[in-house]
Amino acid sequence: MPDIKMKVNGVERSGSVEGRDLLSSFLRDDLGLTGTHVGCDTSQCGACVVHVDGEAVKSCTMLAAEADGAEIVTIEGMAAPDGTLNTIQQAFQDHHGLQCGFCTPGMVMSASALLKENPKPTEAEIRAYLEGNICRCTGYHNIVKAIMAASGQDVGAIAAE
Amino acid sequence: MPKDHGIGAAQTRREDVRFLTGQGNYTDDINLKGQAYVHFLRSDVAHGKIAKLDTSAAAAMPGVVRIFTSADFEGVGGLPCGWQVTDKHGEPMQEPAHPIIASGKVRHVGEIVAAVVAESLPQARDAAEAIELDIEELPPVVDMKAALEAGSAKVHDDLTSNLCYDWGFVEENKGAVEEAFGKAAHVTTLELVNNRLIANPMEPRVAVGDYTRHSDESTLYTTSQNPHVIRLLMGAFVLGIPEHKLRVVAPDVGGGFGTKIFHYAEEAFCTFAAKACNRAVKWTSTRSEAFMSDAHGRDHVTTIQLALDENNNFTALRTDTLANMGAYLSTFAPSVPTWLHGTLMAGNYKTPLIYVNVKAVFTNTVPVDAYRGAGRPEATYQLERVIDKAARELGVDPIALRRQNFVTEFPYATPVAVEYDTGDYHGTMDALERMADFAGFEARRKESEAKGKLRGLGVNCYIEACGIAPSNLVGQLGARAGLYESATVRVNATGGLVVMTGSHSHGQGHETTFPQVIAEMIGIDESMVEIVHGDTSKVPMGMGTYGSRSLAVGGSAMVRAAEKIINKTKKIAAHLMEASEADIELKDGAFSVAGTDKSVAWGDVCLAAYVPHNYPLEDIEPGLEETAFYDPSNFTYPSGAYACEVEVDPETGKVTIERFAAADDFGNVVNPMIVEGQVHGGIAQGVGQALLEGCVYDENGQLLSASYMDYAMPRADDLPFYSVDHSSATPCTHNPLGVKGCGEAGAIGSPPSVVNAVVDALQSAGKNVTHIDMPLTPARVWAAMQ
Amino acid sequence: MYNFDFEKPSTVADAVAALGQEDAQALGGGQTLIPTLKQRLASPSKLVSLKGIPEMVGICRGDDGALCIGGATPHVQVAAEAGDYPALAALASHIGDPAVRNRGTIGGSLANNDPAACYPAAALASGATIKTNSREIAADDYFQGMFTTALEEGEIITEVRFPVPEKANYQKFVQPASRFALTGVFVAKYADGVRVAVTGASEEGVFRWTEAEAALSSNFSADAVPSAPSADGMIGDIHGTPEYRAHLIAVLTKRAVAAAA
Repeated sequence: MPDIKMKVNGVERSGSVEGRDLLSSFLRDDLGLTGTHVGCDTSQCGACVVHVDGEAVKSCTMLAAEADGAEIVTIEGMAAPDGTLNTIQQAFQDHHGLQCGFCTPGMVMSASALLKENPKPTEAEIRAYLEGNICRCTGYHNIVKAIMAASGQDVGAIAAE
Repeated sequence: MPKDHGIGAAQTRREDVRFLTGQGNYTDDINLKGQAYVHFLRSDVAHGKIAKLDTSAAAAMPGVVRIFTSADFEGVGGLPCGWQVTDKHGEPMQEPAHPIIASGKVRHVGEIVAAVVAESLPQARDAAEAIELDIEELPPVVDMKAALEAGSAKVHDDLTSNLCYDWGFVEENKGAVEEAFGKAAHVTTLELVNNRLIANPMEPRVAVGDYTRHSDESTLYTTSQNPHVIRLLMGAFVLGIPEHKLRVVAPDVGGGFGTKIFHYAEEAFCTFAAKACNRAVKWTSTRSEAFMSDAHGRDHVTTIQLALDENNNFTALRTDTLANMGAYLSTFAPSVPTWLHGTLMAGNYKTPLIYVNVKAVFTNTVPVDAYRGAGRPEATYQLERVIDKAARELGVDPIALRRQNFVTEFPYATPVAVEYDTGDYHGTMDALERMADFAGFEARRKESEAKGKLRGLGVNCYIEACGIAPSNLVGQLGARAGLYESATVRVNATGGLVVMTGSHSHGQGHETTFPQVIAEMIGIDESMVEIVHGDTSKVPMGMGTYGSRSLAVGGSAMVRAAEKIINKTKKIAAHLMEASEADIELKDGAFSVAGTDKSVAWGDVCLAAYVPHNYPLEDIEPGLEETAFYDPSNFTYPSGAYACEVEVDPETGKVTIERFAAADDFGNVVNPMIVEGQVHGGIAQGVGQALLEGCVYDENGQLLSASYMDYAMPRADDLPFYSVDHSSATPCTHNPLGVKGCGEAGAIGSPPSVVNAVVDALQSAGKNVTHIDMPLTPARVWAAMQ
Repeated sequence: MYNFDFEKPSTVADAVAALGQEDAQALGGGQTLIPTLKQRLASPSKLVSLKGIPEMVGICRGDDGALCIGGATPHVQVAAEAGDYPALAALASHIGDPAVRNRGTIGGSLANNDPAACYPAAALASGATIKTNSREIAADDYFQGMFTTALEEGEIITEVRFPVPEKANYQKFVQPASRFALTGVFVAKYADGVRVAVTGASEEGVFRWTEAEAALSSNFSADAVPSAPSADGMIGDIHGTPEYRAHLIAVLTKRAVAAAA
């Protein structure tokens, strides 16, 4: 059982894992951070996306042992300490970018990674970037709209199309 | 100014905050002290006899708590079916036993053969691999037509055949329909497949059973759209647990789309095993398991014929459908191809004579049941495709042909039993035409052609029946349950309210919209209202959320309970202000006496109810809590008109959705933002059915589309922004809110317009293609063009 | 998953030593291997992560002008830094999805040799050299059929060397569910001729369409692309028939040539 240490949402965490333990299960089961969801077993749905050393990663497709020493940010680390939603979270609420909420943590983490590398993405760039995040509820309309709004773009015309 | 408060306000959702911060409480987030884990050993054979099942070696594996087989379930009921269909001869459907764990035979890939409960999931899985299982394969029954042929292997040896029922509707009309076809000036015939789908809510199913020995109480946490229904079915029919000893909790649920309505073997197993092992037992479905254990949807094969007179009026319609039930009858499966399908065959049109025949067939596949729309998408698809084909054959404008045949006077009694209370089909079509810019289509087509692409425009209408429905009627039709809804409104002493509703929210936003209704009724802020749902120990009764019924039925129950509260508070207010109850008005959170300046605040009246010092104790009890059960007098009938524009790459067959417009009539709307979101999601699922999603079995009954590697889920780059409109509204006449339901419309209304558009595109290039079966994958479209 | 030991060496030598254990297996980004392990389709005794070996990560130009990519370089880095070979960078930018590209590696992809993967087409069309801890293997010798390569047990791809073509383009027609290539065609024009590699289509895995190479070597234009190859030996599944895939090969080759030219 390797001992691992990582900084999760700014806090040093440690634990003992088996070789086969996934980062997603370490976060959910060992650390109780159940905001990271698991929606498939073929690395496609993206409900489990977290940031590992600043990059979006599917935590169900990374061994916990591989994250030893890494800095992890999960959905639980996105809002301000007082609970204030960050810009992306707020845009998702303002534009109804979620329904059942299950894919939402991964969507927010992916959107955050996108806006870091491309602060004003076009509609097409957003849709392409979300290739690895499946939502069954929203038809993506309001997710794309929320991400455009979060990047400071005027989305007033979209509803009227 | 748009409203920011009460009914009609596009309020943002309060539930979003927990979902956006990772604080949701989904079933898989629940871990009970000392819980064990179950792994199900599932059949990898579609049809076979269990020749050997030896668990002795497995039972000795590390961590194993107990291994269960069918022998452990002797004397336990099977999974019940909640709807009995009567066939065209008046005989009940054939209804096979549906065991929790396969007994003697396996009947589909994925059926549970044994269950290993262990200290950890890997240990359970290791032990399952040590079970000695030998299945003697039997000929699989996969194709529906072959299943009905004499000499076919039988899915159930104790049934006379693979035919579940042969349903004729309306049987008495059959002769007149035949006669009308004999006289028709034109008959259009279309054979089509409504492709089998897998619902795929993003949250896989989870069940956690718990048991408290000293009080003999069982608890099931489950991913359900209707926890009370699960309590009733599992308690009364499967495990024999009285309802006061059984609690079912459906916490945050990550989407349902119908597939989480049904009572599943895994739920009963975890509840049973928790008692047997005297500890909590947890099951979390993997996505791979979901593909072979969640009920599938659709899967109809239909021949539809439309008769028209010399003036292009529809004179008669007849259909022959084979509907796949899978290997067993899932909870509501028999109702889907019958009462949720045949009754909608009139669509938006005044076709006077209709006959629908449906043969439901058992096959060695996963059970098929309701999926978003459930029967209504199948009805809409056939009807709107055959009308489009007729228009092309006759050389008339497909919109004009539809308009000519619209029902225009309401109420309208269809020839298929239902009566539409309201609608304005020209109104929604007008709204669509304003939105979709049909006038600009030819220019857009030229632009596409300049890029080497074909462009097509497809239009369709739809009608659906929602808010299911009067209990006495559905009882006559075979439902084995009532279809009312209940709500309790509890007012606290300081004026805040808690609404306990039997409707369940798994994405629909009840926690936001239900308070908007209460806020409107009382004139208080929504923040004073809290919604409780999803727990049988907290909510008195509930029939749950499906069939776009939450607001129309559950919301109506809440309104009725709130009306009782308001009536009582008016009595209290009258007493406090020494006025006549008839003169009391409630507005903006205060009671006043008409024609005077006397007023007392909502909160003061509520306080008086709990501190009844100055109170009419001789007339009314203290306290403020009321319950109402609402049983609707009719279905509601949302309707609409949809348009889709596609581009087709003629070299590869790839279809892209360029524009999509949806004009719906949902009656009154409580929260337009949420309603539009429901339509968006429905359209995506409808486009998914039309272009991407196909559940495919091979001839051996092996599931070929068994993961997201082969089952194409719609992704963001498969879809455009949608234009939606719900301004053409005719309120429902028979529920207190005038609402109709919006959850399924998008999924019902969108597939035909997509296919109509692709056919239009191909014909624009001179291709003699009149139909392609869904999903319209690039390979299929390309093949159709060859 | 079956359990296994985990090791993350920091040098190639240590990785090779770690892989000496019976049934030990190398782990690149894990984007294919981990899902496979979840299905219990493999049971390695040990996974040796190649992600902690600095010498295996990065992109540079070799003395011969070839673009050299470390075996553990993730797709995202190739997409961003292989600007000297734009068609290759573009290919890398469309593998999987962003999160997959952050983890998945070129060495892992080539070692797995999925018949629908993108990198094998690039390597074969470029006449790349697969450099391992013990030898150099020409792409023409490396790919030996679906999921089969010339790699020996415990052999690690440390670097891939791509001769940079005059012109090149990759056309990927996605399988709508997996988003792998239903068929993908990589066309690369070098001074001494044109190479055309096809992925996703053949039951034998990636292959060179020599008939098109010959035609395009004498006339590098879309019009010169021959009619579709025979459907014999092409993959037929729920996403497309052998005939459809054969047809796509010709369509995509034309598009690749047009885009490259």
